[in-house]
Amino acid sequence: MAYTKRIDGRKFNETRKMEAKVNIIKNADGSALFRFGDTIAIAAVYGPKPLHPQHLRNPEKGLLRCNYDMISFSVSERKRPGPTRRSQEISKVSEWALTPIVELEKYPNTVIDVHIIVLQANASTRCAGINAAALALANAGIPMKQLVSSVSVGKIDKKVVVDLIKEEEDYREGEGSTDIPLAFLSKSGEISLLQLDGKIRPKELDEAIKIGREASKEVYEIQKRALKAVGEEK
Amino acid sequence: MKISDLMKKRIQEFLDEEKRFDNRKLLEFRKIEIETGVSKNAEGSARVKIGDTEVIAGVKIDVTEPYTDHEDEGTLMVVAELLPLSSPHFEPGPPRIEAIELARIVDRGLRESGFIDFKKLCVKKGEKVFGVCVDIYSINNDGNLIDASCLAAVSALKTARMPKYDTKLERIKYGELTSKGLPLTKNLPLTITFHKIGEKILIDPSSEEEETSEGRISFALSRNPGKKEDIVINAIQKGNPKTFEEKEIFEIAELAVEKFKELEKRIKTKEK
Repeated sequence: MAYTKRIDGRKFNETRKMEAKVNIIKNADGSALFRFGDTIAIAAVYGPKPLHPQHLRNPEKGLLRCNYDMISFSVSERKRPGPTRRSQEISKVSEWALTPIVELEKYPNTVIDVHIIVLQANASTRCAGINAAALALANAGIPMKQLVSSVSVGKIDKKVVVDLIKEEEDYREGEGSTDIPLAFLSKSGEISLLQLDGKIRPKELDEAIKIGREASKEVYEIQKRALKAVGEEK
Repeated sequence: MKISDLMKKRIQEFLDEEKRFDNRKLLEFRKIEIETGVSKNAEGSARVKIGDTEVIAGVKIDVTEPYTDHEDEGTLMVVAELLPLSSPHFEPGPPRIEAIELARIVDRGLRESGFIDFKKLCVKKGEKVFGVCVDIYSINNDGNLIDASCLAAVSALKTARMPKYDTKLERIKYGELTSKGLPLTKNLPLTITFHKIGEKILIDPSSEEEETSEGRISFALSRNPGKKEDIVINAIQKGNPKTFEEKEIFEIAELAVEKFKELEKRIKTKEK
């Protein structure tokens, strides 16, 4: 059967309800929460601070270091605490997704640590994590020319959809499920995260990225609003 | 960094004129050699050379418990080790992110293409299934380990023989292979990795070019079952902080399909 209606009733190009909040962890230099429906990620930024060990220091620019992980009860089958191959890879791609926006040359010899924790998972966790991390970096007052907004797109059977939920990721009928996490720089529109799993033709990929770009603009609006809200509180 | 800025500058200048140090075109592979059956104790194995890059892959098969969400399917594990003997820049110790990422790209290509028919690897639903382990080792790194590794993994899987299974003891009798191969489909996956240096896009970089590269994007592709002319992308991985424009990604996706066909042909002639 063709995928004509989404499992949770959303439109094909509709994201789940999003929520963003900054300044949620007092100890951190910057912090934020980002939510796509039932997927909740928080991020905290510590730094810039002197990088240890010293031989890793770069006198030309600072280092952005990401660490992504999920808490054990964020998923239905308990995730064993500690890093996995998956979490290490996601840490790295998140780092690559965020590095282009940070003006690291302003902080030679230092490191900016970004910790991303998934509190509750229902797919698109790396996207929620990156969105939270971008907000946390801005909240920490790190100079940036633009933000990063991340969203997942996918193809369920033959239909291109935005912001997949777990049940859609696991869809196995027809052409099955293809999952494509994406991140766009908010001003230049360049792509800083692109991964893919599944089965898709180049033309459909084209369409998916275009739809993803539109959805990322909505993410950006939510992020902007969250950053503004902090100013108003004070 | 490991190579000098001067070297990087020179590579860039060459590329701006569409030239490479070894006279190749930007979208040209080096010589590819595939040798199978390189290990007596593996169920399947292969050695792949792309230019001076060399990797070996071995397949070991055991019996294991299935995953709870795929009770009637065999399992797959891909692990890569970047051996210190293969490059002055690799260090001993547990796999680092480079090795983990490489293995996961190959893993996703193999898995998403449906190259292995996992349902046929079920021994007893919910209890016992065959587990396929593909281990990849770098022997000499001169760039493009990802594409070499995928090719080696696929070649090793193609030549793998199922081990004998003792139904009474519910154990594998190692050292005794049957004449039966792994249940494979025709959706053979291959990766093509593109690099961006300045504004130029190239494939199959030497290690110098790889170190100069700012952006990397790997595609794993295969032919869609049923419709042979339909080539699908099974996995993409963008590496490094350098961003890509939407337009570039579309262009690279089209190129990936072309290069996939070419690589497929080259492998076929290797097999006679």
